[in-house]
Amino acid sequence: MSTATRFRTLKDMPKEDYLSAGNTMCAGCGGILAVRIFHKVLGPNVAWVNAAGCMTIAMSYPLSPLKSNWIYTAFASAPAGAQGVRDALDVLVAKGKLPVSEDMKVVVVTGDGAAYGIGFQSTAGAIDRHLDFYYLCYDNEAYGNTGFQMSSSTPYGSASKTTPPTAANPIGNTHKKMDLFEVWRAQGAPYVATLSNSHGVDFLKKVEKGGTVKGPKLYIDFAACPTGWGYDPKDSIELEKLAVQTGVWPLKEAVDGVVKHTLVPRSLLPVKEYLKRQERFSHLFEPAEMTDVIRTIQSSVNAYWAEAGAREGFSVKVPDSA
Amino acid sequence: MPTEGDLADDGGGHAVKGKLLTGNAAAASAARLARVDYIPAYPITPQTEIIETIADWVREGTMDAKFVQLESEHSMMTAAGTASLAGARVFTATSSQGLLYAMEMLYNVSGWRAPMVLVNVSRALAAPIVLEPDHNDVLAARDSGFIQLHSETCQEVADMVLLAYRVAEDSRVMLPAIVNLDGFYLSFTRERVVLPDQKGVDSFLPPYQPPHPLRASQPVAKGTAVMEGFVYSYFKYNMHAAAVRAKKVFSEAARDYKELFGRDYGPVEGYRLDDAEYVIVMSNSFTTLGRQAVNRMRERGVPAGLLKLRMVRPFPTEEVVALLKGRKAAAVFDQNLSPGSGGILFPEVAASMYHVRDRPQTILPVVGGLGGKQLTSDEMTSIFEEMIAVNSGSKPLAPMFLMRSEEMAKVKRAVALAEGGS
Repeated sequence: MSTATRFRTLKDMPKEDYLSAGNTMCAGCGGILAVRIFHKVLGPNVAWVNAAGCMTIAMSYPLSPLKSNWIYTAFASAPAGAQGVRDALDVLVAKGKLPVSEDMKVVVVTGDGAAYGIGFQSTAGAIDRHLDFYYLCYDNEAYGNTGFQMSSSTPYGSASKTTPPTAANPIGNTHKKMDLFEVWRAQGAPYVATLSNSHGVDFLKKVEKGGTVKGPKLYIDFAACPTGWGYDPKDSIELEKLAVQTGVWPLKEAVDGVVKHTLVPRSLLPVKEYLKRQERFSHLFEPAEMTDVIRTIQSSVNAYWAEAGAREGFSVKVPDSA
Repeated sequence: MPTEGDLADDGGGHAVKGKLLTGNAAAASAARLARVDYIPAYPITPQTEIIETIADWVREGTMDAKFVQLESEHSMMTAAGTASLAGARVFTATSSQGLLYAMEMLYNVSGWRAPMVLVNVSRALAAPIVLEPDHNDVLAARDSGFIQLHSETCQEVADMVLLAYRVAEDSRVMLPAIVNLDGFYLSFTRERVVLPDQKGVDSFLPPYQPPHPLRASQPVAKGTAVMEGFVYSYFKYNMHAAAVRAKKVFSEAARDYKELFGRDYGPVEGYRLDDAEYVIVMSNSFTTLGRQAVNRMRERGVPAGLLKLRMVRPFPTEEVVALLKGRKAAAVFDQNLSPGSGGILFPEVAASMYHVRDRPQTILPVVGGLGGKQLTSDEMTSIFEEMIAVNSGSKPLAPMFLMRSEEMAKVKRAVALAEGGS
């Protein structure tokens, strides 16, 4: 795998845009921003394969903001859609029916509902078949397009439309966020990475690096969602940055199964700083602070970094969770 | 894999053209003759021999195509559709539960206007789970926008696959197609099949030229959302118009096919219809039993005939009307059941005839052969007897549900056993 990079500072962000200004996504949508940055690295020759979700609405007949190819498939099978495109291009080129110049990078783009839930079976199949494709998951930690119901990606303590905090169940979602990164890694995907739109250079480098690998490549982009999370759209990047700074969203990659954190904070900000900025966690603070729940979240973050540090040989100063 | 055998002679020393092929082998052979580029696959009984045969050919290099086994029929149909959008000629096959599991994607693939051929090897649907055929599986796809061609013989299976590609890929159609064959009765039964020669097939079926494929140099967006009902309606009406045009395109293709290979196919087929007064309407492999029943009734002096539906979508209304008008009575034999309504094709035939002045006075709904239930020749002739009795006024019209008394006795014994009796 190549380690050379053309991305050293944000000034190296490619100027070319393959996503037109003006589209139907919400103001402050982290997902569409991820698509835009991702595309800049991939260049123009791309076939996007989409599953049902917010991004589906970005291509509304007769308009598409993309200067590349797009197929909307169905909720459960975007990776299988990528299989069909990849295989067709390969066989047509092999048979001499298509010039190599028409070849494309095949990219699945879905939200977390598809990536962690309904599309899991077709994802497992694509990894198993070692399909040469990118999977970009814009992870806003719930079914955003249908109004913010919980998904397997929804974190512990988050409110959602199907896990509303009530007097009888005050915590909101009581499940832990599923670890999609580890699932892909365990299944043998050669490149797996987390992204945050707030850390552009890290983002660009990872897309570039994954591009040197043949096979299934997963990118989980932490995609701030103003309507679902409940905050001012102008704060999207700041919130994503806070998620990284509090250690809630670790930036890391796994190359052939070997995990490396690409950003190791010297010390973490308390998770509270991140949680209290969002409506979805407001029940943890009002009417009374649910200190035990916040403590549980903090200890799980602390435990994560202690374990990662022990494995990779770094140490991170963590906030008190007692 | 025992998929074919040569026919040296007819047993009487005369040379016989063709090979002994199962319906499954005939389907695979036609796919190879069609020079398909891509076969996404997933196994299910009784379809498996098709994909195993193709996998063999691709691996041994006698079929120039890419074969990939997916992890479900839903994924298989997704890959089939997107590969077609990218410009490949695509073939795949399934059965029964597999077709239902893929059902969401059938509507997508037709909506994408992505031509391809899907062979469905009919098998009745669970529950209870069973292996033998009826047509609830393929008729569940009735409204999906797929062209549907149903086969009576292994020969027809091969011919329908090739015709289906011509129709599906025609610029006036651009819709996917299902070729149906019955599990067991055709899938695993060897019959004499004359495969067309490759040169002839190449002239009948030139390489697929997609009008708007995914291309780096000329990007397209497929399956985009529409936000308003009238735009949606526009596209659905378009699909309907294309499906209706498919009948004419089929007839044109069938003309070329006959010229090249000698076999003549229409959307429907009549058997001993010239002076027939009592006509049974059927499809698929049990049509052979219908022909026998016609012959037996003719021996008894009854002017019996048969109308076979080869094309089920688009529904060949004009042909059905032309062949049924003026008859005394018709019976629609449905090897399927819509609980609470009855046979699925009966209302389609009846609706075709409603505005016809000299329509048959009696149209008898018959359900039989569910789960592959065998039919004796007496059961088949009883349909004609019922038609005659109802038509003469000696019996009121009531739907027939075929079951023999000895079968019922066996069921009763099984029920008693299941209930703990002995």
